[in-house]
Amino acid sequence: MSTMSAADLRNDLDPTAFAKRIRVHALRMVHTANASHIGSCLSMADVLAVLYTRFLRLDPNDPRRADRDRLIVSKGHAAAIVYAALAERGFFSADELMKYCQAGTSLTGHVSHSVPGIEASTGSLGHGLPIAVGLALAAKADRQAWRSVCILSDGECDEGSNWEAVLFAPHHRLDNLVVVVDYNKIQSFGRVEEVLALEPFADKWRAFGWHVVECDGHDRAVLERALTAVPESAGKPTVLIAHTVKGKGVRFMEDKLEWHYKSPSPQQLLDAIAEVEAS
Amino acid sequence: MRNTFIKTLTKIAEQRPDVWLVCGDLGYSVLEEFATRFPERYINAGVAEQNMAGMAAGLAMAGKTVFLYSIGNFPTFRCLEQIRNDVCAHRASVKVVAVGAGYAYGPQGYTHHALEDVAVMGALPHMEVFVPCDPIETEAATHAISESGAPAYLRLSRSGEPKLHTAALSDARAPVMLRKGGDVTILACGPVVQDCLAAADLLAAEGVVVQVATLPCVKPLDEAFVQAAADASRLLVTVEEHVLWGGLHASVAGCLAVHERRPRILGIGVSDEIRASAAAGDRAALLKRAGLDAASIAARIRSAAGAAKAR
Repeated sequence: MSTMSAADLRNDLDPTAFAKRIRVHALRMVHTANASHIGSCLSMADVLAVLYTRFLRLDPNDPRRADRDRLIVSKGHAAAIVYAALAERGFFSADELMKYCQAGTSLTGHVSHSVPGIEASTGSLGHGLPIAVGLALAAKADRQAWRSVCILSDGECDEGSNWEAVLFAPHHRLDNLVVVVDYNKIQSFGRVEEVLALEPFADKWRAFGWHVVECDGHDRAVLERALTAVPESAGKPTVLIAHTVKGKGVRFMEDKLEWHYKSPSPQQLLDAIAEVEAS
Repeated sequence: MRNTFIKTLTKIAEQRPDVWLVCGDLGYSVLEEFATRFPERYINAGVAEQNMAGMAAGLAMAGKTVFLYSIGNFPTFRCLEQIRNDVCAHRASVKVVAVGAGYAYGPQGYTHHALEDVAVMGALPHMEVFVPCDPIETEAATHAISESGAPAYLRLSRSGEPKLHTAALSDARAPVMLRKGGDVTILACGPVVQDCLAAADLLAAEGVVVQVATLPCVKPLDEAFVQAAADASRLLVTVEEHVLWGGLHASVAGCLAVHERRPRILGIGVSDEIRASAAAGDRAALLKRAGLDAASIAARIRSAAGAAKAR
């Protein structure tokens, strides 16, 4: 097997343009499929853009190669924008994206590992982090340099399974594990602080033994700095608490619960794309 | 059984650096040797079964063969969705090993009795289900699942189960007719096979000749074997230390539903009423209460065999 080259980071891709393109793809996909979860997609667009252009060492021509970094998207409902990021990263043609949720395709509404580049099928919340922990444990045991990354939603931090994994990872000194929480403050049926408060959120992770970085989840330069510093504390897994806005990039969708469910109308789609492209 | 399992696994691990053992904070006086010899491949995940199962799936996705060891209900029901989504949907090489099958933890009560696990694990895609009756089947099944590269469920009782086979098995998936002859056939799995043999002795003394087969692999069911047994029998009896819904009886009956020649099929297992009501007692006492002791099995067969003859 050839060794991973620096080109596999795709530093040539511009995270700002990448974020813009995957937002537009996701809007079109969700509109065409009349699907939900566009708000959850848009809130993590910038995190995905930085991960796929500045952090993850991947090989789209060999999606399963042994030394790749692993990204487990635990908030599987944000499938549209994850598929969009994979297409932009070269795993498959962007033409495929318009088949999202269509009968007979593998582009299901929650991420599916039958799609090249998706490591694990998720959708039931609270599953991704334990899987990412197992991957990180295997990499450590085998003295491999690849990293295990997991994106969590804020709502799924209600799940006990996550806190079992949060307890486990520092005990086993998994500093090759990075969690990004897309903290957009709105979960499925209400605001996080009203449904089940997470604050003081960073303190909880710190108390469990994690290296905690809080940042603006839409500031791509800050995200890049935080990710490239990993691991900052030897022996400690890292959590990036990315403060985000649900529906970010489309003003009429921003910070609104309804965009967890609604699909944009033809006019709304045009308005949304125009706004993203003008930004 | 559990000692045979761990001895076999330790032997396998000597040759196979990909074999890991993960437990849910139990295994005292059982797992120590493996833990000492392969500390880098042994994890006590703590009392946290959801993370344990999801993490096992992650390890398997990175190329490991992972054995998850815990008591009956904990590595199955507590983390069922992790087994279903993270393990089975990804066809991850995770082997769920549950000790304390059926009533093995007798006096510990309802929470520690595993009586629905075969049905639940068997319903999952890609999941093979093994219910060995003795140490010889346990050894064969441990080898088989370590080599399958796919999910499996291994249901073990506790310790001290006698050997019911006289020789090592080459195929853990193949049923074995332990007693041959007669037109009544018992198909059974797990340590109650011993009670079935004792029931056959009781019936033989009365002139009712009964065959007894052990089926260590409940899923996939060896349909050809079951159909051949049906062809040769006027009465087929299934016996399992499990509820009657979704286990061996349901599989055998389902297999024969479209079979041309179908004898009567008597299912002996644990009824809902018995399952739902609490009682203390050792395994033998609880088996008797459930109608799974040799005398009760013989009585059910005597009555059903008479009816089958009269028909």
